[in-house]
Amino acid sequence: MEELVVLARELWVVWLFLLFVGIVTWALWPSQKQRWEAAARIPFREDDGHGP
Amino acid sequence: MAAAAAERERYNEDIVRLFTLATIFWGIVGFLVGTFIAFQLAYPWLNLPYEWGTFGRLRPVHTSAVIFAFGGNALLATSLYVVQRTCRTSLFGGPALAYFLFWGYQLFIVLAATGYVMGITQSKEYAEPEWYVDLWLTVVWVVYFVIFFGTILRRREPHIYVANWFYLAFIITIAMLHIVNNLAIPVSWFGTKSYIIWSGVQDAMIQWWYGHNAVGFFLTAGFLGIMYYFIPKQAERPVYSYRLSIVHFWSLIFLYIWAGPHHLHYTALPDWAQVLGMTFSVMLWMPSWGGMINGLMTLSGAWDKLRWDPVLRFLVVSVAFYGMSTFEGPLMSVRQVNALSHYTDWTVGHVHSGALGWVAFVTFGALYYLVPRLWRAERLYSIRLVEWHFWISTLGIVLYVTSMWVSGIMQGLMWRTYDSLGFLQFSFVETVEAMHPFYVVRALGGVLFTAGALIMAYNLWRTMRGEVREEEALPAQLGALRTAPAR
Repeated sequence: MEELVVLARELWVVWLFLLFVGIVTWALWPSQKQRWEAAARIPFREDDGHGP
Repeated sequence: MAAAAAERERYNEDIVRLFTLATIFWGIVGFLVGTFIAFQLAYPWLNLPYEWGTFGRLRPVHTSAVIFAFGGNALLATSLYVVQRTCRTSLFGGPALAYFLFWGYQLFIVLAATGYVMGITQSKEYAEPEWYVDLWLTVVWVVYFVIFFGTILRRREPHIYVANWFYLAFIITIAMLHIVNNLAIPVSWFGTKSYIIWSGVQDAMIQWWYGHNAVGFFLTAGFLGIMYYFIPKQAERPVYSYRLSIVHFWSLIFLYIWAGPHHLHYTALPDWAQVLGMTFSVMLWMPSWGGMINGLMTLSGAWDKLRWDPVLRFLVVSVAFYGMSTFEGPLMSVRQVNALSHYTDWTVGHVHSGALGWVAFVTFGALYYLVPRLWRAERLYSIRLVEWHFWISTLGIVLYVTSMWVSGIMQGLMWRTYDSLGFLQFSFVETVEAMHPFYVVRALGGVLFTAGALIMAYNLWRTMRGEVREEEALPAQLGALRTAPAR
C-alpha cells in the first residue's frame, strides 16, 4: 500500500498531464460550442456604464 | 436598505479612475528613473556622489516602479473595471474597502521605494522590500482578493468571462509567491533588517521560482486579462476563439510554475532541476502561441482598423511583442543558449521587449480606451497625439531591444574567447568599454519611450478635462471613414 502511494506521488507529471488532457477535451467537446460562443459575447452585453 | 441596493446598482468607477491616475503617474516616474540609470551605465559620472544617487540604489526603484507601481496599478485599474462589467455587478465590499486597497497599495509603493534609496533591501531581485513592507503588502493583497473574488461570487452573469480567470490566477499566485519567498525573521521588532529562512541553493531556487512566476503571473497572466477584454472591445468583435482561450489559460497555469530553474543553469542547483526548468520553459511556447493567435486573429476581417485606429494598434502590436518575447524566452532557457546569454545584456533586451512592447503597450491601449469612458469625454483629446505616441515609443523600443541584442551577444562572445595559449582573450573591462556605444543607443531608446509616455499623459489630461482638439484626420483615417461610414 505504502509503495503504491509513493509510486502515485512519483507519477505526478502523469496525473497533471491527464488532468490537462481532460480540460482540453472538455473545452473542445463539440456540444460546448454554443456555450463558448455565448461566453465570448459577454463583454458586449454590458450597458452604457452607469450601472448593471 | 434602499441606499445599499442603489450602491450595488452602480459600478464603482471612482476607484478605477484613481488607479488609472496612479498608473499614469507611476509610469512616468518609472520610465524617467529607468532612462536616468540607462545614462548612468553609459556615463558613469552620472552616479551622484551620494549613495542614494548611485545605480545600485536606483535600479530597484526603476524595476519596482515600472513592474509593481505602473504595472500593478494598471492591473488593479483594469481588473476592477473588467470584473464589474463582465459580472454585471458592483464591487464587493463597497467603496470603503476599495479606497483602502488604493491607498494601501500606494503606501506599499512609497514604503518600498524610499527604503531602496536609503539602502533598506532584502537583496532579492523583484522582492527587495523588507519584512514590514512585505507584511503590509500581504494585508493589502488579501483585501484585493476579497474584493475581486467577492465580486465574482455575486455576479449576475452565469459564466465567468476568461479575462477574470487570468486576473484571478494572477492574484492568487502572486499571494502564494510573495508569502513563500519572503518568509523572513526580523532581527529586532523595530529594526528594518531581517533574514530569509531559506538558505543556500534552496533560497536561490525559491527566489527564482518567485522571480520567474512574477513574470509569468504578474506580467503575463494579469496582462492577458487586459488583452482578453480590451482587444475585443476596441476591435468591436468577440475574441477569435473562446475555446482557445480556455486551452491558453490552462496550459499557462500548468506549465509556468515549473519554469523558474532556468534562471539557475550551471549553478549548484541539481542538473535534473535545471533540465526540468528548461523543458517546461520550452513547452511554454504552447500558451505563447495560443495567446498570440487568439489576440491577433480577433482582428480577422477587420485588419483595416489598424490603419486608422492607433489605440487598437497599440493593443495589437503589444500582442506581437508578447509573441516575440515569449518565443525568445524559451529559446534563452535552453542551457546551451543560456551559456551564452546569461548575465549579459541579451537578458536585459529580452525583458524590455516584453516589458515595453507587451506590458506597457497593452496598458497604453487600455488607458486610451478607459480614460474617455471613465471621464465621460466625447472622445480622446487628440488622435494625432496617439499616433505620435505610438511611433515615437515604437522607435524607442526598437533602439532599446536591438542595441541590447547586439551588446549582449557581443559581451557573451567576448567572455568566452580564448587566445592560442588557452587564456581568455579579453579582460572584463574591455567588454565594458566595447558596450559603451550600445549603452548610449539604449539610453536614447529610453528617452524616446519616455517622451511618448509624456505625450500620452498630456493627451489623457486634456481628455479628462473634456477637451477635444480640432484636427484633421490622418489620410488613412479619412480613407477608412469613407469606406466605412457606418462606424
